[in-house]
Amino acid sequence: MKPPPRAPASAAKLLSRPLTECVACVREGAALPSDLVSAAFDRADDIGAGSESLNVFLATDRERATEHAKGLTALIGRAEAPGNLAGVPVAVKDNIATLDMPTTCGSRILEGYVSPFEATVVRRLRANGAVIIGKTNMDEFAMGSSTENSAYGPTRNPVDIRRVPGGSSGGSAAAVAAGIVRLALGSETGGSVRQPASFCGIVGVKPTYGRVSRYGLVAFGSSLDQVGVLARTVEDAALGLEVIAGCDQFDSTSADVPVPRYELEKNAGLKGLVIGKPREYFPERLDPRIAQECERALDAYRELGAEVREVSLPHTAYSIPVYYIVAPAEASSNLARFDGVRYGLRVPSERGLAGMYEATRARGFGPEVTRRILLGTYVLSAGYYDAYYKKAQSVRALIAQDFRDVFASGVDVLFTPTTPTPAFELGAVKDPYEMYVSDIFTASANLAGVPAMSIPIGDARGLPVGGQIIAPHFAEPVMFRAAFGLERALAGELLPGEKSA
Amino acid sequence: MSAAASPDYEMVVGLEVHVQLKTRTKAFCGCSADFGAPPNTNVCPVCLALPGALPVLNQHAVELALRAALALDCKVNATSVFARKNYFYPDLPKGYQISQYDRPLAEKGWLTIGELDDGTPVRVGITRVHMEEDAGKSVHDRYAGATAIDLNRAGVPLIEIVSEPDMRSAAEAGAYLRLLKQILSYSGVSDVSMEEGSLRVDANVSARIRGATQLGTKTEVKNMNSFSAVERALDSEFARQVALLESGGTVTQQTMLWDGAKGETRASRTKEESHDYRYFPEPDLPPLVLDMEWVGRVGRAIPELPDARRKRMIGEYELSAADAELLTASAGMSEYFEAVARASLDPKAALNWVMGEVSAAVNAAGVRIDEFPVRPADLGELLRMVREDVVSHTAAKRVFARMVETGKPAAQVAAEEGLQKVGDDAALVEWIDEVLRENPAEAARYKSGETKLQGVLVGLVMKKSKGRADPRKVNQLLSERARV
Repeated sequence: MKPPPRAPASAAKLLSRPLTECVACVREGAALPSDLVSAAFDRADDIGAGSESLNVFLATDRERATEHAKGLTALIGRAEAPGNLAGVPVAVKDNIATLDMPTTCGSRILEGYVSPFEATVVRRLRANGAVIIGKTNMDEFAMGSSTENSAYGPTRNPVDIRRVPGGSSGGSAAAVAAGIVRLALGSETGGSVRQPASFCGIVGVKPTYGRVSRYGLVAFGSSLDQVGVLARTVEDAALGLEVIAGCDQFDSTSADVPVPRYELEKNAGLKGLVIGKPREYFPERLDPRIAQECERALDAYRELGAEVREVSLPHTAYSIPVYYIVAPAEASSNLARFDGVRYGLRVPSERGLAGMYEATRARGFGPEVTRRILLGTYVLSAGYYDAYYKKAQSVRALIAQDFRDVFASGVDVLFTPTTPTPAFELGAVKDPYEMYVSDIFTASANLAGVPAMSIPIGDARGLPVGGQIIAPHFAEPVMFRAAFGLERALAGELLPGEKSA
Repeated sequence: MSAAASPDYEMVVGLEVHVQLKTRTKAFCGCSADFGAPPNTNVCPVCLALPGALPVLNQHAVELALRAALALDCKVNATSVFARKNYFYPDLPKGYQISQYDRPLAEKGWLTIGELDDGTPVRVGITRVHMEEDAGKSVHDRYAGATAIDLNRAGVPLIEIVSEPDMRSAAEAGAYLRLLKQILSYSGVSDVSMEEGSLRVDANVSARIRGATQLGTKTEVKNMNSFSAVERALDSEFARQVALLESGGTVTQQTMLWDGAKGETRASRTKEESHDYRYFPEPDLPPLVLDMEWVGRVGRAIPELPDARRKRMIGEYELSAADAELLTASAGMSEYFEAVARASLDPKAALNWVMGEVSAAVNAAGVRIDEFPVRPADLGELLRMVREDVVSHTAAKRVFARMVETGKPAAQVAAEEGLQKVGDDAALVEWIDEVLRENPAEAARYKSGETKLQGVLVGLVMKKSKGRADPRKVNQLLSERARV
C-alpha cells in the first residue's frame, strides 16, 4: 500500500480553506491529520494564543492530539470511514467534559479536575474524525459576556487585543477568529455563542433546545443550556452542527427529531423567504453603525427576493429580567454539587462541615458566580418563589408565545442585531447590570428554546458587527438558508439566476 | 365521675413511609441497586453527581411506584413532575434530591386496616404517593475524627407514602404498617425490610381532647427501626405530650428522636423545620406523562393482594379465618402453601406441614421462604407418598429433615435412606419375633389374652423398623402371631 503523499506545506493554508476542502484532502491522502494538527498548534504559537497574550486556551495537549491524528491516518490507510470531520482540529469550551484534558469551567473550584467520561458532543466529534486540540477559556461556569470572569485571566479579542472577545465562549470564538481552528464548540445559556461570534466577526450557532445533547456539558441553567458551534463560515457551522446534533439516551431533554443535512440549504436561495424585522430589536438608542449594517443586510435580503416584514415581539423587554431570575435559580441548584466532598477544591476548616462548605465555596467561586448563586437562592426561597421564580416562568411562557405567534403569522425567520454594541475594551464594563444588557437581543431565544445564529454583517469603527437570524423550533434548515443567502449576498456572490435588483 | 378528672386525650397519628423499590438498577442511572456491596462500588458519574452528568428515569421504578399507588387505591396523575429538593449534606451528591413536590405521581387513596365491632371498616386515607431517590450513607463510627461516605445507596428509587392523620392509637398505626408492608410485598414493589432499610417510617403525632375537631400541634418522630418500636415510640410521645398539656404547657412543633434503649423520645438537635428546600421543577427531566392505558395494564397485572387472597383461600381450601390470616401474613408463605396444596391435592396436610414443619425449618435456618431448599412441588410429593402409604408419617418427618439438608426430591431421599414403608411379611415377622423375644414378659401376657398390650408392642416394632414398618400390617401380623 502506498503511503499518502505528505503535504506539510499546504496544511497551514488548508486551515484557511473551508472544512469540506480540508476533509476532502485528508480523505484523499493529500493532507495528513497530523499536519493539520501541527498547523493549528503552529498558528497558535505564531499568533500568541498563550496566557501572556490572547489567552485562548486553558489546556492543550499537542502530543495526544498528534497521536489521535496518527490514529486517523491509520484508519484512512485501511480505507475505513474517517467521518465528516476527518482530521479537523477542533477547540472545545472548557465546560464540556473531555477525557484527556481537565474540565475546569474557568473556575478555581475545578482546577485540575479531569472528567472520567466524555461529553456526547465530544464523542460525536471524535467519531467523525475530529481532533480535539485544546480546551478554551471562558467566563467562570459560563457566567459572563466578556470572558473576563475566568479565574485564569481574560481572553483577548484577536480582532483588537485591547478588547474582549465577548463571552462566555470567548476562548472558542478567539480560537476560530485567530485562525487556529476552523471549528470550535461553545455553549449557550443566554447568548454565550452568538455574542462572542458577533464580537469576533465569525459565525455562531445556538441550536433549538433539545437539538444537541447536554450530557457532559457542565450545567449552568439546565432549561436554557445548549452546546453550539463557532466557525468562520455558515457552511462550516452547518457541518459542525450536523455532527453534534441528535437524540441521546443520556439526555432526557434531547429531542428525537431527525437531523437534516443543513449544508444542503447552501444553494436554496432566498426567493419567497419572509424575514421578520422585530421592532423591539431596533430601539432608538441602538448604536447607529450597527443599525446601519443591519439595514444593509435587510436590503440585501430584499434584493435577493426575500420579503422583509416589520413585526413585533411585545414581551422582549422582559427577557433580561426573566433570564436573570431563571438562569441563576437553576444555577444555584446546579452548582450545589461543588461542595468539596467528592472532587475539586476542598478548603479544610476548623468549623466542621459547614465551615468546610463555606471556605471551599468562598475560595472556589469568583464574584460573579457567587452573585448569581445568591440571586438564584433568593428567588427560590420560601416567600419569594411566587413573586420571582414563578412569575418569571409565566413571563417566559409569554416570550415563547411571542415567537410562536410571529412564526405562525407567516414569517420564516427573524433578523435582528446580535448585540447592542460592538466589542468593548477590557475592564470597560464594570457594572454587572450593564454587562447583563449585552445579552439583550440574545437571551429571548434561549428562554423560548428556538434556534438562533449570528453571522458577520459588517463593521462599526473597525469592529465586527453580527446579525442574528432566529427560526422556529427545529427549523435550523430555514435558519441556515437565510444565513447562507446573506453571507453570499454580503460577499457579492450570486447564485446562478440570482441577480441584484 | 369526679369533676376534677383530667380530660380524656386522643392520639392522632399520620405516617410517612419511605419504601425502596425492588428494581435491578437505580432510579436515574444504570448502577446496581443491590444492598450490601462494598462501599462506593455501585456508583457512576450520574449518582456521584460528576459535572455534566444527567439523570435518566428508570421505567421499571415508575411501574413499581404505580403498582403501589394502585394497590392503595390512589388516583394516578396522568402528568406528574419531578422537582429538586435542595439541601447540603455530604451524602447527597448533587446538593439536591430529585423528588416530586406539587404534582406527585398519585393522590387520594386509602387502606382499610380492620373493622369496628359493628362491621364498619376502619380506613386510613393515603394523601399521596410520590417517587424520589435515596441519599447515600454517612458512616460516623468507622474512622476516628472523620465521616466516611458510601454512595452505593445514592439514587436508589424510593416511593414516599404519606397517610392522612387518620390513626387514633399506636395499635392502629401498627396495623396500618403491617398491612402496608404486606401489600407492598405481595405486589412485588419492595422487599420491605426495616433491617435492610428498604422500609423507613416517620410518624407525625399529636394529642387532642377526645371529641375535639381541631388537630393539636404535632411532632415528627424519627429513628424507629421496627414496627413495635413505632408503636412504643407513639405511646411514649403521646404520653409526653399529654403530660405537657395537662400541666398547662404547650407542645412545640419539632422533630423527636426515639431512643429505644431508654424507651423515650427526645428533641432532635437539628432544626429540621428551619430548612427551606427551595423546591423547583427538575429541568433535567421532562414531566412524567403516563399512558393511562399502560397504567390500566399495570393495575390489572398486580398480583392478588392479601385481603383478596385470604377470602379466596378460606373458600378454596376450607381454611379457618385464623389459619388464613396466619398463612397470608407473608406473600411467600401463602404462595408456598398454595403450591404444596395443589401438588399434594391435600390442603389439610399442606396446611399442617406448612404451618408446622416448614415454618419451624424456615425460622431455624433464618432464611426467606423463597430461599428455602425444599421446593413446594417436592413437599407436595412427600405428602402424596404419605397419603399413598409409601412412607409412614413418622418416616416422612425424617425424609423432610433430609430434604431440608440436601434439597433433594422426596422419593430420592426416601429411597436413599431406606425410609419407604416395609409391608413385606417376612421382614415384618422378623421384627415382630425379635420384639417378642426381647420382651418375653409382655409377649407372654399378650399371648395370654392381654390385648391392651398390642399398642405397646406395635410401637416397639415401629421403633425397631425406624418407622418404616407399615403399622396396619404390623397390627394384623402381631394378632396372628399371638394365636400361634
